[in-house]
Amino acid sequence: MDHVIEARGLVKRYAGRKRTVVALDGLDLSVPQGRVLGLLGPNGAGKTTAVRILCTLLEPDEGTARVAGIDVVKDPREARRRIGLSGQSAAVDEYLTGRENLTMVGRLYKLGAPRSRERAASLLASFDLEDAADRPVKTYSGGMRRRLDLAAALVAEPPVLFLDEPTTGLDPRSRQDLWDVIRELVRGGTTLLLTTQYLEEADRLCDDIVVVDRGSAIAQGTPDELKAKVGGERVEVVVADPADVPVAHAALARLAVGEVASDVAERRVTAPVADGQADLARALRALKGVRVTEIGLRRPTLDDVFLSLTGHASKERS
Amino acid sequence: MNTLVEAFADGAVIVRRNLIKIYRVPEILLFTLVSPIMFVLLFAYVFGSAIELEGTSYREFLIAGIFAQTVIFGSTWTGASLAEDMQKGVIDRFRSLPMSRSALLVGRTASDVFINLISIVVMASTGLLVGWRIRTSWWEALAGFALLLLFAYAFSWVMAWVGLLVPGPEVVNNASFVVIFPLTFVANTFVPLETLPPVLKVFAEWNPVSSVTQATRDLFGNGAGVPALSDAWPISHPVLYTLLWCLLILAVFVPLSVRTYKTASAR
Repeated sequence: MDHVIEARGLVKRYAGRKRTVVALDGLDLSVPQGRVLGLLGPNGAGKTTAVRILCTLLEPDEGTARVAGIDVVKDPREARRRIGLSGQSAAVDEYLTGRENLTMVGRLYKLGAPRSRERAASLLASFDLEDAADRPVKTYSGGMRRRLDLAAALVAEPPVLFLDEPTTGLDPRSRQDLWDVIRELVRGGTTLLLTTQYLEEADRLCDDIVVVDRGSAIAQGTPDELKAKVGGERVEVVVADPADVPVAHAALARLAVGEVASDVAERRVTAPVADGQADLARALRALKGVRVTEIGLRRPTLDDVFLSLTGHASKERS
Repeated sequence: MNTLVEAFADGAVIVRRNLIKIYRVPEILLFTLVSPIMFVLLFAYVFGSAIELEGTSYREFLIAGIFAQTVIFGSTWTGASLAEDMQKGVIDRFRSLPMSRSALLVGRTASDVFINLISIVVMASTGLLVGWRIRTSWWEALAGFALLLLFAYAFSWVMAWVGLLVPGPEVVNNASFVVIFPLTFVANTFVPLETLPPVLKVFAEWNPVSSVTQATRDLFGNGAGVPALSDAWPISHPVLYTLLWCLLILAVFVPLSVRTYKTASAR
């Protein structure tokens, strides 16, 4: 058994009011022991559906999935003993305290009362929730709830962990904190699958990335391989007059290392560049005579990934 | 057998969780205490003197009806709580744990028996204050209370299924109003059956709410002097008829609710 998470040809359809929506369209995934796989994609790409299938919350219409060697469809119960899940909406009970939540989860994993209390105490300490441990979760901030939810996923020290958009909706500080926690876990040897809409997050945390669009993988590789395809930093310019967009486009095309993107409605032109600082200075000179309202450097986003890989921007599926 | 033991062990963990919520949200207990008192007083003093019954006081007659209506309304709590678990996503946590598939429902319905038990104690105390009396033995009275709780427990499983299907707790409350009000009013809860028009009378005679009310009334020895209210089979065998309904409801809604839980997903 070399792959701890393995999925072959996952298909999931939802019967909509007008037509059937295909959430997953033959997705394959494999994650070796102790590695971190990131599923990167926009809303509606099928990331959550994939996680729900692997966590036994949903049955696939087609395909097979094994987690820690257990078939999740045939033997969901055994699979549940080996996984921890932390989802998009923190699945913790608001009326219980942090400690009560974790102890309850321990009891339901059949750890026994003393061991459950012990695990709760040690997780509360390592997730910086000790001060709030005996307050009802209702009083927690969003970041604290996420940390508690992640702690709940770790109560039984599962060898496989699934994190569904662990930092969506968090402020930058809480996101940093959560990244640190996740890195720590991975150092301990946990096999992890996480989903995210942020290229930066996937880059920071993952060994491998699978880019998902409309239910199937459109690219995969290490973060470096992906970045090589997508390019590095972007010079982004917003001009005052929409008529200047083509002018700016032409000016930036001369120093870009990939395709330049223009958005006339937003009067915005974006160009991938090789040497950020020097190219920004060059761009300023090249744009002499054009009225620029904004100019700057930024890291590539999910939209840039999609533009580079598919030639179209990522779109939320309606 | 093993799965049964697990369902109870995990169910006990869930019961504990539900009771902690009652403790943390005092409003729940407040309304559980106040609404039965309100019902007893309203009916006793507003309708109590408006309706004349032969052989017994109306106040004594209607207490069993109020008991029945209140515990049935109490079971909507089951549906509303489960709908809230669904809405807040806690259900995903439970479904991803290696716990018994029926434990959340077993624990939920069991803790709601506790809530109903509190309302019964409160209602009985209020009833005694306004002149209601048990005219039989203590064990018959206990059997009456037990039958009420059993019926409410069975009804909880119907509400559990509803709670897993609807989009939120408010829907459970609104929907149950529409069903429970006619169910508990087109019965012998507040008026004697012979006063009803023919079609409603037949419905009321076979309505299990009538039989549970009649059974409780008999077991308390209330309304003994009232002339034969109806000769329909359910009314002359109220305990048996009520037990059959409880069995039927449980046989249908326990497996149905557990099946719905297995495929339920948070909203």
